[in-house]
Amino acid sequence: MHRNLGTEFLHVMQKRTVVKILLIFTLVFNVANLFAKEPEKEEDGGQVNTKSQIDTYIEHHLQDSHDFTLWSDGETGAHVGFPLPVILWDNGLKVFSSSKFHHGETVAKVGDQHYKLDHGKIYKTDAEGTINYDEHHHATNVKPLDFSITKNVVTMLIVGVLMLLMFGGLAKSYKKGALPTGFGRVLEPLVIYVRDEIAIPNIGKDNYRKFMGFLLTVFFFIWILNLLGMTPLGVNVTGNIAITVCLALFTYFITQFSANKEYWKHIFWMPGVPVLMKIVLMPIEILGTLTKPFALLIRLFANITAGHVVIMSLIALIFVADNVYVMTPISLLLTIFISVIELLVAFLQAFIFTMLSALFIGLAVQDHDHH
Amino acid sequence: MDKLINDFSFGLFFWQALILVVLLVLLRKFAWKPILDSLNNREKGIKNALESAEEARKEMQNLQADNERILNEARAERDGMLKEARQLKENMIADAKSEAQAEADKIVAQAQATIASEKKAAIAELKNQVAGLSVEIAEKMVRKELADKKKQLDLVDSMLGDVTLN
Repeated sequence: MHRNLGTEFLHVMQKRTVVKILLIFTLVFNVANLFAKEPEKEEDGGQVNTKSQIDTYIEHHLQDSHDFTLWSDGETGAHVGFPLPVILWDNGLKVFSSSKFHHGETVAKVGDQHYKLDHGKIYKTDAEGTINYDEHHHATNVKPLDFSITKNVVTMLIVGVLMLLMFGGLAKSYKKGALPTGFGRVLEPLVIYVRDEIAIPNIGKDNYRKFMGFLLTVFFFIWILNLLGMTPLGVNVTGNIAITVCLALFTYFITQFSANKEYWKHIFWMPGVPVLMKIVLMPIEILGTLTKPFALLIRLFANITAGHVVIMSLIALIFVADNVYVMTPISLLLTIFISVIELLVAFLQAFIFTMLSALFIGLAVQDHDHH
Repeated sequence: MDKLINDFSFGLFFWQALILVVLLVLLRKFAWKPILDSLNNREKGIKNALESAEEARKEMQNLQADNERILNEARAERDGMLKEARQLKENMIADAKSEAQAEADKIVAQAQATIASEKKAAIAELKNQVAGLSVEIAEKMVRKELADKKKQLDLVDSMLGDVTLN
């Protein structure tokens, strides 16, 4: 009975640490937002003050972009930030700086081809940069294959390097002693949390170890990206459908490739039901394997996008309102309130994505003892 | 949905996949594996330490129980010995008492026998002495009586008278 007491005690301590870390994160980011979000908007404020302009602004923010713009001055047309490399595959590799587009204002001439930015996408145009639209206001110009290092790619690279530094450092700190020091003390309980609360309960003690790499990577990758999305840097990586599709596909393939015989048997020839039902169930089960990761990708995408839209709309209230002095405190309070919720959502979505990935993997690798 | 598909950027997807794969490989090698290994080792160490502590506690308990048992046994043995000794002592006292009694009785009986025989002897001697004395007295008295002739004759007469009376 003593040993139980001991492990229980350790467990409680870990949980407490995790809660404390979350609280600290919430506080730090809340304060950061308070000080940082407003000035950024102030700078935009010069021009963005009508409803449609705000809509465009928000839409623009949600999209990926070919240059890392921190803010822009609507009146002078000046953009503060730095250009990023554009990589196109259009009858051969074309690499040039995004500064050639001048934020979509001019046509970039590369070799004998002309390209123009429209709503964050690169289109092939003629020398004048005319873009033709169909009746749904979609551009009909040819889109070259775009492998540009966009703002989101840069952010992901930064997060990747950050994760390597953070967790590589944690790994190294174990060489010096059994307990990590410094920032590792914050990271270690999180790693244990993923292991004990996500991986082991869902996948099981025997198989979880193989998938820990993926689960930990995805968890911290999503969480850090979500948190970065809340900073005034204005990046929205996890609220991008291509990102969530990619993440969900990883989960999908890992699940399918690690699945055991039992799993496939349950999909193609469900045991314990009549033959007719087996035939009916087969397509449903096959579809089921696809709907699971689909739910994953939509959930993450929608939650983060919605959070960004709500926060930006609340901030925009200041600029659309007639009475700035009344609206500003209300908008501020609401923004802070939603920001705190979004911080929770940032963690929650990372948690849910990892949790469900673990659950799907667990379903695929577990032994169906109960049948 | 249309907008979602329109927004899907293949380039971004490609980079994300690439970054994720590279990140997975690098993190697995340089971070997750050593981290999880050391966590496991540490937890195993803690578990072992707890288990051995528990074992030591149990051993201690066993030892204490043993001690208690030995103590009890010793106590019981001592009690038994004491009891035996007491018994022995009582027996010895009783034996001594009965022996002494018998000796005393014997002595008393001997004494009584001696006293009785002494008494008998004394009485016999006394009888002899009284008889001697009586004879002497009688002799003396007779001598005195028979000093005068008349009296001798009287006496013979009286005695003769007694004889006839008989």
